[in-house]
Amino acid sequence: MSNKVVQAMYNDDDILMDAVKETRAANHHIEEVYTPFPVHGLDKAMGLKGTRLAITAFMYGCVGFSFAVWMMNYMMIEQWPQDIGGKPSMSFFLNMPAFVPIMFELSVFFAAHLMVITFYMRSRLWPFKEAENPDPRTTDDMFVMEVAVEGDEAALVSFLEKTGTVEIKVTEKH
Amino acid sequence: MYTFSSKLKTLSFALMIIGFLGVAYGFLSTPSTVEDVKVMMQDSHDSHGAEASNHEVIADAHATADAHDAEHSDDSHAEHVLHLLKNKPWSALYVALFFFFMISLATLAFYAIQHASQAGWPVVLFRVMEAITGYLPVGGVLLFVFFVLSSLHLNHLFVWMDPEVVAHDELIQNKAGYLNVPFFLIRAAIYIAGWIVYRQYARKLTLAQDNASDLKNYYKLFKSSAAFLVFFLVTESMMSWDWIMSLDPHWFSTLFGWYIFASMIVSAITTIALVSIYLKGKGYLEFVNNSHLHDLAKFMFGFSVFWTYLWFSQFMLIWYANIPEEVTYFATRFNDYKIPFLGMLVLNFLFPLLVLMNSDYKRVPWFIVTTGIVILIGHYIDIYVMIMPATVGDQWFIGISEISSVLLVLGIFIYVVFTTLTKAPLLAKGSPFLKESEHFHY
Repeated sequence: MSNKVVQAMYNDDDILMDAVKETRAANHHIEEVYTPFPVHGLDKAMGLKGTRLAITAFMYGCVGFSFAVWMMNYMMIEQWPQDIGGKPSMSFFLNMPAFVPIMFELSVFFAAHLMVITFYMRSRLWPFKEAENPDPRTTDDMFVMEVAVEGDEAALVSFLEKTGTVEIKVTEKH
Repeated sequence: MYTFSSKLKTLSFALMIIGFLGVAYGFLSTPSTVEDVKVMMQDSHDSHGAEASNHEVIADAHATADAHDAEHSDDSHAEHVLHLLKNKPWSALYVALFFFFMISLATLAFYAIQHASQAGWPVVLFRVMEAITGYLPVGGVLLFVFFVLSSLHLNHLFVWMDPEVVAHDELIQNKAGYLNVPFFLIRAAIYIAGWIVYRQYARKLTLAQDNASDLKNYYKLFKSSAAFLVFFLVTESMMSWDWIMSLDPHWFSTLFGWYIFASMIVSAITTIALVSIYLKGKGYLEFVNNSHLHDLAKFMFGFSVFWTYLWFSQFMLIWYANIPEEVTYFATRFNDYKIPFLGMLVLNFLFPLLVLMNSDYKRVPWFIVTTGIVILIGHYIDIYVMIMPATVGDQWFIGISEISSVLLVLGIFIYVVFTTLTKAPLLAKGSPFLKESEHFHY
């Protein structure tokens, strides 16, 4: 199988959405769509699965909460239960209200930061990463739909030409 | 147009009758003399010995500490218990009256917020909200009558209304400039009248807007809603001092008004969601989709957390500093009301937090209904734990009086709300945001 892709360029997000729907209906495989801004409903039109990032965030939050509980219990109750201003350091529950701000903040801290790091890892984003967009105009005012070439290349190109594209290019996959 | 189903009407009448009988029983079965209380206490001493004798020791210690004659300690204790027991059916009624009134009032506030913020999504729910606020005039009058009865010394919920108590209490004497009966009733009348006036005016304007050719009524509604919100914030805060905080006239808390508001608004949004789901299930709200429900469920979730935040802020600040004059409030609640006091945290925070966190669950009606019922029970208990410790102390029990008071007021609430629904079309078709709301999806 060849590694060729067709890059169809559009200058309007509504036309792009229609093109994505037509291409999917014609059973062509869309490799990727590059847009300068989030196009509402594009993920649904492309048939992408929903993100599970929220679930990871919930789990990270639970980790942060547990960490806070363990840390406060270890430091304030088990390791050195000092009497500080009459606070009841006899058991975790008796002194719990004083720990709640830390428990809350650590839950949020873990949930937020670990989720962001998960996002960077899953979407392969880091400093000095080489940009992947096929055409610099896709960060400004152009939309590119990349369709895999399977079988008849000429037929695919002529199909895509009818979807309102302003420019079309067949390249080897980078 | 909505037609009040005969089943629901029968249900509301049944609730009112059962509730009324239960409330009447609660009043009639209250012991009327100190001797009755003594017999009752003797009985309970006999039935559970160890616990009761322990109780007696505390009572004796209490009486001695108060420098009462040791011989009379039993008498004075019985008299104290008698006062608490006499308050019980009154307090039960008061909790129920306030609970349903606050649902209606906070629905009005939510409604005004939607107008003032020009929200697009809730237009299709406006008639539901207006119907829930239809209880406001009825509930307002009932509450006001209750306050008049209290000020006539038919009950002892508000101790500062009792001249004998005030005569021996310098703390209350110092507050008498604010806490006196005529001023209290005038304030209550002003709040209730102000809220009802806005409610009736807004209702008139939206009905007029339905058939209007221009947006004049809409602009009036926008302005009056903004003005009402200013009025509401001030009066709601003062209402919470007057109607709830003054039950403990020795205690004060600065964020109390907000705390009551949080409890109110989450119950109100829950009620809006429940009524909408009911009506949609009956096929009356075909323009309400599950994105509207999703939004309501998000509000339920968010305001549940907001309530918890205020609850905890109030509790933790007082617990941490542990200043005796403030901390007694929580000490009595923690000692005598441990299960409702901690249980409501599970109902009002933990349960909604875990159930309504998932975005998919927020679109499923039965999830919203289940959580909604739990939240409403939780906030009933919240009000219960605010009022009861001050009026019945350790003599609390969720029994016939409490349950039938809720049933009685619930019956009236259902009857009034669904009667109001029949009075107008269920779609406020005059709103300029109607199209946006009908096509709303998330």
